[in-house]
Amino acid sequence: MRNYFAITNRELKSYFVSPIAYVVIALFVLITAIFFYLIISNFVQLSFRYTMQAQYYRMAPPKLNVNSMAIRPLLHNISLFALFWLPLLTMRLFAEEKKSGTIELLFTSPVKTIQMVLAKFTASSILFAVMLVLTFFYIISLFFFGNPELGPILSGYLGLLLIGMSYIAFGLFFSSITDNQIIAAVATFAFILFFWAIGWMSGFVSPGAGAFLEKLSLINHFDDFAKGVIDSGNVIYYLSFTFFGIFLTYISLESKKWRL
Amino acid sequence: MIEVKNLTRYFGQKPAIQDITFNVEKGEVLGFLGPNAAGKTTTMRILTCFIPATSGTAKVAGFDVFEQSMDVRKHIGYLPENPPLYLEMTVESYLKFVGKIKGVDSKNMKKQVDKVMDLANIENVRSTIIGKLSKGYRQRVGLAQALVHDPEVLILDEPTAGLDPKQIIDVRKLIKNLGGERTVILSTHILPEASQTCSRIVIINEGRVVAEDSPENLMRRLQGNEKIYVEVAGPEEAVANELQGLDSVASVAREKETNGKIAFIVESIPNRDIRAELAKTIVQKGWGLFEMRPIGMSLEDVFLRLTTKEEEVLYS
Ligand SMILES: Nc1ncnc2c1ncn2[C@@H]1O[C@H](COP(=O)(O)OP(=O)(O)OP(=O)(O)O)[C@@H](O)[C@H]1O
Ligand SMILES: [Mg+2]
Repeated sequence: MRNYFAITNRELKSYFVSPIAYVVIALFVLITAIFFYLIISNFVQLSFRYTMQAQYYRMAPPKLNVNSMAIRPLLHNISLFALFWLPLLTMRLFAEEKKSGTIELLFTSPVKTIQMVLAKFTASSILFAVMLVLTFFYIISLFFFGNPELGPILSGYLGLLLIGMSYIAFGLFFSSITDNQIIAAVATFAFILFFWAIGWMSGFVSPGAGAFLEKLSLINHFDDFAKGVIDSGNVIYYLSFTFFGIFLTYISLESKKWRL
Repeated sequence: MIEVKNLTRYFGQKPAIQDITFNVEKGEVLGFLGPNAAGKTTTMRILTCFIPATSGTAKVAGFDVFEQSMDVRKHIGYLPENPPLYLEMTVESYLKFVGKIKGVDSKNMKKQVDKVMDLANIENVRSTIIGKLSKGYRQRVGLAQALVHDPEVLILDEPTAGLDPKQIIDVRKLIKNLGGERTVILSTHILPEASQTCSRIVIINEGRVVAEDSPENLMRRLQGNEKIYVEVAGPEEAVANELQGLDSVASVAREKETNGKIAFIVESIPNRDIRAELAKTIVQKGWGLFEMRPIGMSLEDVFLRLTTKEEEVLYS
């Protein structure tokens, strides 16, 4: 446990001494803020137009739902955007240690491989959670102007955290098989994108295979969260995905110690 | 303390080390001497559990490096060839981090960190970011890192690389002092380093052990014929003839003359110690014997001969 905390702590600190983390976080928040602005202003225009129309026809103004019309698309946007962004945070996790040689310190210390892997995973997940919390603030601002439902927002953020952890687990894995950070980032990105895209391919294959691909796809499990539904199947899906990435990382590192 | 038996490691089809066997006793400082690509780093990485051997066994502090790697790691301090430094950390926070993952108690941490900073002479940079240190300082931080948990066994891969001459002398002294309570293996391709700091030397070349002995014995074993320096006060011609006449003397050469004392280099026939005989002869003749000492071949020569084609010299 002590090792785990020591490494998590060191990883987090090393994120915050390098300017890269600040840039990645700041741009993440900035870009999601732009999404937010565009989606909300679109929503406001729309509701303004409907209200005018309703007045014209002397009807009661329609109730537009800010949750389904603004927050849900925003959450979807963030989940896709994180796909591009998180590989930048995970690429260094093991690749940098391999390049600089500090891996030799870790692997000759009485630290279990699983402690290292979990510590690095935790550090990146915490960082991602910080990024999400920062975007949370401008969503909260909606409460000053309207009355969105809090439930779907919270479940949506839970979904974001879970999908982000899936990305991070595979980012960790690709970082553990190379000493080149760029390769790690690109491979992570390609892999996750593939798991997004297989959902779209479902229309092109037989119905049975299509249903399977949809089940396997990363996107299809997110929408329920954005709608305010926490379905245990979806939670289990993301946790399994995460577990699998961590497991592969563990195997890839541990296999260096096997006698072949 | 360290038992290495028939250790072999392949990288693909290529053997990096083959059939390496040696032991290190508690408190010994063992020099691991060999030219580039001899397999020094590979052997050390196996001993520190960083990579597995293809075959063979190694035990450190009674634990098998393959079967009981966690126990082995607790007992070892390791300075890899490239010091494993997190460049963004300060020296002190780095040493604390290493202390933590090596299992130093929180209550002993400050004491240990202060102690190794003192040993490695890096207190003056304790709050400096490691990335801003010079190569020599980084090497010393690496050394401090290896010592922070007071390990019984120290494995140092080229510990003096990158240091300036004064630091080299300091580090060698430090290592020598570490021996006794700790067991040390250090690798080097610098001969004087091995002979000055080590009580025993294993010479390795192309992945195989070619010699193992104390520095003195290695030199003696290498000398096919021993050369003796003698200073005699007496008639030059007669002395030379008399010595030349001895059975076990191969040649006599006059070196120089100072204040009536004449220096000769006497070369014996192979593997014969002729000092007693020389002394007896000179004294019996009534000449003055002022000095007599063997002229050893330097380790540098041993090394050159070992690592060129003449390994057989050692075993002749
Ligand atoms: N990871 C690796 N993959 C492939 N070959 C390797 C690897 N590590 C070492 N070797 C090979 O094994 C041999 C021994 O290398 P090693 O690094 O042990 O030598 P060394 O004695 O430490 O040399 P130096 O004095 O240059 O540090 C070399 O031929 C090297 O090319
Ligand atoms: Mg080496």
